[in-house]
Amino acid sequence: MPKVTFTEPGGGRREINAPLGITLMEAARQHGVQGVVAQCGGACVCATCHVYVHPSWLAKLEPREEMEEGTLENAWEPRDNSRLSCQIQVTAELDGLEVTVPLRQQEG
Amino acid sequence: MISTILIVGGGQAGAQAIDTLRREGFGGRLVLIGDEPELPYQRPPLSKKYLSGEMPADRLVFRHRSFYDEHRIELKLGRQAVRLDAAARQVELADGEKLAYDRLLLCLGAESRRLTCPGAALPGVHYLRALADVAPIQAGFKPQARVVIIGGGYIGLETAATCRKMGCEVTVLEMADRVMNRVVAPSVSQYFAEEHRAHGVTVICDTRVVCLEGRERVEHVVCADGARHAADLVIVGVGAVATTELARAAGLACDNGIVVDEYCRTSDAAIYAAGDCTNHPSLRFGRRVRLESVDNAFEQAKTAALNLLDKPVAHDRVPWFWSDQFDSKLLIVGLSQDHDRQVLRGDPASRSFSVCYLKGRELLAVEAVNHSKDYMAARKLIAERALMHLDKLADSALGLKEAI
Repeated sequence: MPKVTFTEPGGGRREINAPLGITLMEAARQHGVQGVVAQCGGACVCATCHVYVHPSWLAKLEPREEMEEGTLENAWEPRDNSRLSCQIQVTAELDGLEVTVPLRQQEG
Repeated sequence: MISTILIVGGGQAGAQAIDTLRREGFGGRLVLIGDEPELPYQRPPLSKKYLSGEMPADRLVFRHRSFYDEHRIELKLGRQAVRLDAAARQVELADGEKLAYDRLLLCLGAESRRLTCPGAALPGVHYLRALADVAPIQAGFKPQARVVIIGGGYIGLETAATCRKMGCEVTVLEMADRVMNRVVAPSVSQYFAEEHRAHGVTVICDTRVVCLEGRERVEHVVCADGARHAADLVIVGVGAVATTELARAAGLACDNGIVVDEYCRTSDAAIYAAGDCTNHPSLRFGRRVRLESVDNAFEQAKTAALNLLDKPVAHDRVPWFWSDQFDSKLLIVGLSQDHDRQVLRGDPASRSFSVCYLKGRELLAVEAVNHSKDYMAARKLIAERALMHLDKLADSALGLKEAI
């Protein structure tokens, strides 16, 4: 099972085993990773599962689709390496992935 | 001293309240009572990817069991709360167990409005609200199975799209002159009706179901104009009503939902309520509302949890909703009721457009079809009571934020 490391808003590092076939958001939620709120449950409409992907991993991810782009635009402090974790499928290639959870999520 | 908090209702609101209570440092006894046997799960996929079989049940749950153990949550699942004694601060379960509380949070949710016409109780007539409702519907998924859906609202249309994807012949019967008439503009109704028709769904509006017929099980849905729609499976999606019986019987104020204030307090000082079951004030829109929405359940539960711990914070949110039907996503933010003007942004033929509702120049609500940018921008603008520039607003080449 791929291992993914989340840096939580408090600065703590959480390494979790992310099952294949689900999304990074779901893996984070199952493990109770702090700050991954995922209010809409993966419908790409709330921007509350926003994470910053470690730059060295960006190229290994499928690029953002238009819906994700639009939703991310109004996430809390989006950056070039911002992704919605609900749009990232866990695959074997992502073993070792490192992401940082923003200090806050979208509050509308 | 608050040593025991009981939560009745294991849906989105109940699950969120637990999370917030523990994160905010509540270390006392925390009990979740839910009448469904499953761990708390998300409902939106029930009409979509769970119904189609794309998403297994273990992906529906918010948290695995280990989370509840780790946070010392006493789960009483598959157990129904049947009586609330507010004076004695006690909840009684169907099996007779009595639980005392210092604070109680009611997250009772809503239940499907039932069809009352003759034949409504025939086998083969289904509702879709809980996980347990799904398997009996799936059992009827056979190629060319004739599915008649009564009600062209969110649930009806999402279910129609999924049944069609599963190879069924699908007919949607809507009483009003257009689908989703209570929640969206005519142009949005028309877009979605056409989407359904393009995918082979028969959408019939302005029709009223008078009875269901069948010997062993439902065979026909009969309408007032005499039309008889052959059906192997009927799914009813004609709205929902707040679940309030427990509260009402205990003497709590109820009026289309359990009446709460912006701090989620009911008429009893030790009892709070959150989610679909509440009638609550919308501070942004200056009136009372009852909302059936994931966002409201989630945020109200968070607010209720904080207030339960004597950390006063008001529930002050702009409501939002979404619906996925075939490849299209409908996003709604705000409440449009008081508008005096509608502005269309973009061309529905392009499959990406939005409808803005204004009162004067104040933006009240936006319905966005496949347009997450407008929707996300609107969430902030509506909360800020932004005044829009009407000509710029109609120019979809400009971002919504540039139209103020």
